[in-house]
Amino acid sequence: MFSIIQGIVQVLFDGVAFGMLLFVMSVGLSITLGMMRFANLAHGVFAMLGGYVTATLMYRGGWPFLVTLPIAFGLVAVVSVALERFVYRRVYAAKELDQVLLTVGIIYMSIAAAAYVWGPEPMTFTLPDYLTVYRRIGWFSFSTYGALLLAFGTVITLAIFYGLERTRFGAMIRAAVDDRRVALGMGINVNRVFTITFAIGSGLAGLGGALGINALGLDPSFPIEYLVFFLIVVSIGGGGTVKGALAASLLLGLSDTAGKYYVPQTGAFIIYVVMLLVMLWRPNGLFGRS
Amino acid sequence: MTAETQAANAAAVADFRARARWQWYEPIFWLGAIAWYFLFPTYLPLGTQVLCSALFALSLDLILGYGGIVSLGHTTFFGIGAYTAGLLAKYGWGEPITCLLAGGVTAAIAGWICSFVIVRVQGVALLLVTLGINLVLYEIANKAYTITGGADGLQGIVFWKVFGVFDYDIEGRVAYIYTLAVVFLLFLVARRIVYSPFGLALKGMRENWKRMPALGAALRHHGALIFVLSAAIAGLAGALLAESVQFVALDSLGVQRSVDVLTMLIVGGTGVLYGSFVGATVYMVVRDQLADLNPAYWYFWIGLMLVVVVLFTRNGVVGALSDAAAWFQRRGRAQS
Repeated sequence: MFSIIQGIVQVLFDGVAFGMLLFVMSVGLSITLGMMRFANLAHGVFAMLGGYVTATLMYRGGWPFLVTLPIAFGLVAVVSVALERFVYRRVYAAKELDQVLLTVGIIYMSIAAAAYVWGPEPMTFTLPDYLTVYRRIGWFSFSTYGALLLAFGTVITLAIFYGLERTRFGAMIRAAVDDRRVALGMGINVNRVFTITFAIGSGLAGLGGALGINALGLDPSFPIEYLVFFLIVVSIGGGGTVKGALAASLLLGLSDTAGKYYVPQTGAFIIYVVMLLVMLWRPNGLFGRS
Repeated sequence: MTAETQAANAAAVADFRARARWQWYEPIFWLGAIAWYFLFPTYLPLGTQVLCSALFALSLDLILGYGGIVSLGHTTFFGIGAYTAGLLAKYGWGEPITCLLAGGVTAAIAGWICSFVIVRVQGVALLLVTLGINLVLYEIANKAYTITGGADGLQGIVFWKVFGVFDYDIEGRVAYIYTLAVVFLLFLVARRIVYSPFGLALKGMRENWKRMPALGAALRHHGALIFVLSAAIAGLAGALLAESVQFVALDSLGVQRSVDVLTMLIVGGTGVLYGSFVGATVYMVVRDQLADLNPAYWYFWIGLMLVVVVLFTRNGVVGALSDAAAWFQRRGRAQS
C-alpha cells in the first residue's frame, strides 16, 4: 500500500516537474501561433541552442550552472530576433504549408550545424553536486533537480501571467492575439510587440532547453525529437492561450511520466493516442477558440 | 435536351480534352527515364529508388497539390504497402504483381478508415492528426517486432520472378524496368484523375474551400475519395520499393520519410504532376552526391534547398522553369 502511494506521489512530482519544463519551452510557440498565425516548427532549435550554450559555458568556461541560465536565455533571444527579422517576417502572410516547409528547412540546417559545432554524439552532462542529491520528506524522496524544475516553472509561470494580465505590454500582446487588425488600428505597433514577444518566447525555450538537459538529453536531433511534444502542447492547449499551454503541458508531462512508470512497454504510444483523441474531440484544442 | 445545353456540354467536353492534351515535354521526360537505363547502368538501383520516391511524391501531390490537404504523415500508407508486400513474401507468397496489388489495397483500406477523420479537420489540427496517425503506426510496427522485425526491419523476404520469367538481378535491371512500367501506368491513372471533372473539383477545393460547397460540390466526399486514391498509390509505391530492395526498413513508416517526401514535392513543385518526378530526382541525386561528399552534414544543404525554394520560387523547380519560360516569351514578344 505504501509503495503504491509512494509511486503515485513520485509520478505526480516528476510529471508536474516535466510538465513545467515543457510549458517553459513551448509557451513562446503558443503565443507566436496565436498572434501571427505562424507555425514555427523550428521552435525546438531555440531550446537546443540554449542547452548547448549552457553546456559549453560549463565545460569550456567552467561557469556555474545557474549563472549560465540567464546567458542561455539572452543569447537565444538575440539569435531569434535576427531570425525573425530576416527570415520569418517574409512568410507571415504565406500559406501554412510554406511556413511548415521553411521551418523544417531551418530544423535541418540547425541539426547539421549543431553536429558540426558540437559533434553528432549526445552531450554528456553532469549536474552540479547540489542538484544530484535526493532529499527525503517523510517516506517520500525527491531529487533537488526536480525541485529546481518545479521552482523555476512556478516562478516563470507566475511571471508570465503577471506580465500578460497586469502590465501595459501584456495588454498589448493580448490585444494583438485577439485581433491583429483592430490592435493595429488602435495604434499598437504589432510588429514591434511581436518581435519582443518572440524574443522572450524563444529565450524561454532556450532557458527550458538549458534547464532540461539532464531530463531531456541533448544532441543535434533535439529539435525533431521534441517537435511532437511542442506540437501537442500547442494544439491541445489551443494556439494563443497561455492557460491552455499550461494545462496541456501538465497533462502531457503527467501522462508521459505515468505511462513510463506504469506501462513502460507501450513507449510513447499513450501520448500519441491521447493527442489524436483530443484533436478529434476538439480540433481547436481544449481552450482554443474556433 | 435543348440545343443550347448540348452546345454547352460539347464546349465543356472540348475544354476538358484540351486540358488533357499531351504536352511536348511529356514524351521527352519518359524517354529520359528509359535512357537512364542505358546511360547509367551502374546507377539503376538509385534510379529505381528515385522512381519509387517519385510515385510516392505523386500520391502526395494528389491530395496536397490538387486537393489542398496537407499531410505530415503520408508515409503511413507507403509503409503499410511496403509491409503488406514484405510480409506476404516472407510468409510464402512472393508473386510480385499480386503482392504489389495487395499493398495498394491494404493502403487504400487504411486510407479509407483515416479519411473519415481527415475530412473533418483543417490547418494545424490536420498536420497534427496526420502526424499522430503516422506516429501511432510507427510505434505499433516498432513494438510488434515478432511480426515486423521491429527496428531491424523485415528481413529474409524473397520475391519470385516477375511474370514468372524475369528474376531480380544484382545490377537491378529487372527491378528498374518493372518499376518504371508500373510507375508509368500509375502516372497515367493520376493524369486521368487530375484532368477529369473530379480533378477540376479538387482544384476548386484547394483554391477556395468555402466557395465550393456553394457550387454544390460535395467537399467531404471529394476529399475522402482523393485521400483513398492517394493512399492506394502511396501503398503501391511502398510495395514497389519493398520488391526492388527485397527488404522493408522500419523507417519506411518513419516521420522522417513523411517530411522527405513533402520536401521532394515542394522542391519539384506542387499541382503540376511532373513536380514530384523532378523533385524526387533532384532530392535523391543531391542526397546521393552529398552523402558521398560529406556523410554527416548533408542535411544542411537539403534544409537550405527548402528555405531557398520557399523564399525565392513560386512553385519549386517546375514553377521556376515555367516562370523562366514565360519571361523569355514576354521578352521575345517585346523585341519583335
